[in-house]
Amino acid sequence: MENFRANIMLCAGTGCVASGTMKVKFALEKELKKTGLENEIKVVLTGCNGYCAQGPVMSVYPDDIFYQAVSVDEIPKLVEEHFLKGRPYEKLMFKEPEKKSAVPLMKDIPFFKHQVLRVLRNKGLIDPEKIEEYIARDGYQAAAKVLTQMTPEDVINVIKDSGIRGRGGAGFPTGMKWEFCSKVRSDVKFMLCNGDEGDPGAFMDRSVMEADPHAVIEGMIIGARAIGSHNGYIYVRAEYPLAVKRLQLAIDQCYEAGLLGKNILDSGFDFDLEIYQGAGAFVCGEETALMRSIEGKRGMPRPRPPFPAHKGLWDKPSVLNNVETLAQISLIIMNGADWYKSLGTEKSTGTKVFALTGAVNNIGLIEVPMGTPLKTIIFDIGGGIKKGRKFKAVQMGGPSGGCIPESLIDIPVTYEDVVKTGAIMGSGGMVVMDDNNCMVSIAKFFLEFTADESCGKCVPCRVGTRILLDMLIDITEGRGKESDIETLEDLSLDIIAASLCGLGQTAPNPILTTIRYFKDEYESHIKDKWCKAGVCRSLCTFMIDEKTCTGCGACMRACPAKAITGEKKKPHNIMQEVCVHCRNCYETCKFNSIRILPAAARETVKKE
Amino acid sequence: MTRLTIDDLLKIKEKHQAEFTLREGGYRAKVTVHMGTCGIAAGARAVMTALMDEISNASVKDVIVTTSGCAGLCAREPMATVEIINQPPVKYCDLNEDKIKQIFKEHIIAGTPVEKYVLVAGCETTY
Repeated sequence: MENFRANIMLCAGTGCVASGTMKVKFALEKELKKTGLENEIKVVLTGCNGYCAQGPVMSVYPDDIFYQAVSVDEIPKLVEEHFLKGRPYEKLMFKEPEKKSAVPLMKDIPFFKHQVLRVLRNKGLIDPEKIEEYIARDGYQAAAKVLTQMTPEDVINVIKDSGIRGRGGAGFPTGMKWEFCSKVRSDVKFMLCNGDEGDPGAFMDRSVMEADPHAVIEGMIIGARAIGSHNGYIYVRAEYPLAVKRLQLAIDQCYEAGLLGKNILDSGFDFDLEIYQGAGAFVCGEETALMRSIEGKRGMPRPRPPFPAHKGLWDKPSVLNNVETLAQISLIIMNGADWYKSLGTEKSTGTKVFALTGAVNNIGLIEVPMGTPLKTIIFDIGGGIKKGRKFKAVQMGGPSGGCIPESLIDIPVTYEDVVKTGAIMGSGGMVVMDDNNCMVSIAKFFLEFTADESCGKCVPCRVGTRILLDMLIDITEGRGKESDIETLEDLSLDIIAASLCGLGQTAPNPILTTIRYFKDEYESHIKDKWCKAGVCRSLCTFMIDEKTCTGCGACMRACPAKAITGEKKKPHNIMQEVCVHCRNCYETCKFNSIRILPAAARETVKKE
Repeated sequence: MTRLTIDDLLKIKEKHQAEFTLREGGYRAKVTVHMGTCGIAAGARAVMTALMDEISNASVKDVIVTTSGCAGLCAREPMATVEIINQPPVKYCDLNEDKIKQIFKEHIIAGTPVEKYVLVAGCETTY
């Protein structure tokens, strides 16, 4: 019997696989066989479902039931209850963070409810390793239309009219990029996909490549036809092995089915595509550096112009598009420019995928219309801040971006509005921070990253980021000087003006935005030698407030240095000589009794 | 896989339609076989299997089958509820393999409820 009455869509994205998807799959299949349901219930492995925090996750159709944190031990009970007796198993359902009540249906879960899926249209719904499933969801129809019914000009016009802007970060209009390249006369042109993703906290492209590799390939076929290219590369970093595996499988399937290679779908059009694995350098996400890397050289940027549309890979005209951009090209072709523009704002059309991480309750991958308020993303979809803490800022755009403070949480997320705050849309990483984050440390973290990843070709970036980082280290360790804030700002602006490529031109952004919105934290680090968030170890003293301490002993147990003393039910005490400032007591105390004081207070506290 | 033509793309889509009706919704009829302990003891599993076979043999793509717990009237099991979109749901009782096959042909495909097996019509809907 070929006919199944239910499909279990088990997430096999990198996150869920790491939490045990494969073990769950074997246990499920074993149990279904044992109960005689193996011909009625089908287990399908999908790409990233998006709700990564509670993996492995799975959804059951047609019931639309969503299960999270599925463990092997729960499988027998789950199969008996849901599949044998038809009673969805409450224990594994999604629970609202505050109410603790189970939400059975996927469509009712706030995390999924507020999303609009275009790029992620097939996530969790198809098996990415089967081309038939992609075709069954209208796959390759757009490529067929472009190859047989449209001229390259038609294609470029539709893409231009749709207003789609490159999702890699800078937001350059995709249609214009294609048009530039299409007008250059050359026998050889290259269609390239940028699957390098190096921002800390970003995993959008990886998920799309894992969950829907054919969508990316179809976008590339259409782009190739529009610009007149017959050769393409997908540049993926080697540290994304699952994405590489699924893309390669998809490419092999396409060659077999005649969707790549010579005479695609009997249209007379040829296009060859291969994967190029990068070694995982941040700068290789920059277009000119990426092209050098494919040429087999060291990935370093070069000045522009000439732009890659004229002289790109091997000095031939080339177009480089981001994974997320390419994954929605087929939808624009099938549904038209007006359909695409119906979501989003006038200048930022369509939807955007974000990787929501950090201090929010619902960590995962989301897609929302452009212009959705930041507040909706963090509080409705993200479910608010963990442990009921206070929202402080959201870091957008990775090391090239900046921090948006709480006062600006009502802004709509569009390219223009985000840039006004000093951050950038970037590829879509959103790291949410609560009041336990020290903003000087955050800036230091990103500068460590960019100083490390600078390719070293130009002096402003190579030397400048190092000087910025050294200053930040000094400030966080108590050696800050009064003039430091001005020096940081001046030097940042110089580096932005003088650097060769996007890496250096944006590296100072985390410093500039944190100074702009959290100057008081820099001042208190420099003048008072005080890290109020208690993150910079040399700049804080922990003590126990005798009035509110109940003597429960939780902090004592949490302290790795055995620095806390005291009798049961009597206020405890921290021995300053022994304390290593690890924050464990602060994180553990349920009564808010740990105080964070300036470093200078240590001596006074000791005397007391 | 052999080389595809544009027509093949549509054929593949057609072939997988039943599966995606399951995942995306958009079904015309839904049959719930009640699978409480009482139902299973009375033979609900055989009824379910017979129904799945019928659907499969008839290559019907817009009918989904699901299970639920005890419908509450244990003495009349096996029971099943047939819901055709925009029509009152119909609950059948005292089923066996032959009866469900007849219900499939006459009610689900042809649209006329098999009155002699009906327990009640117009009960609660689940879609």
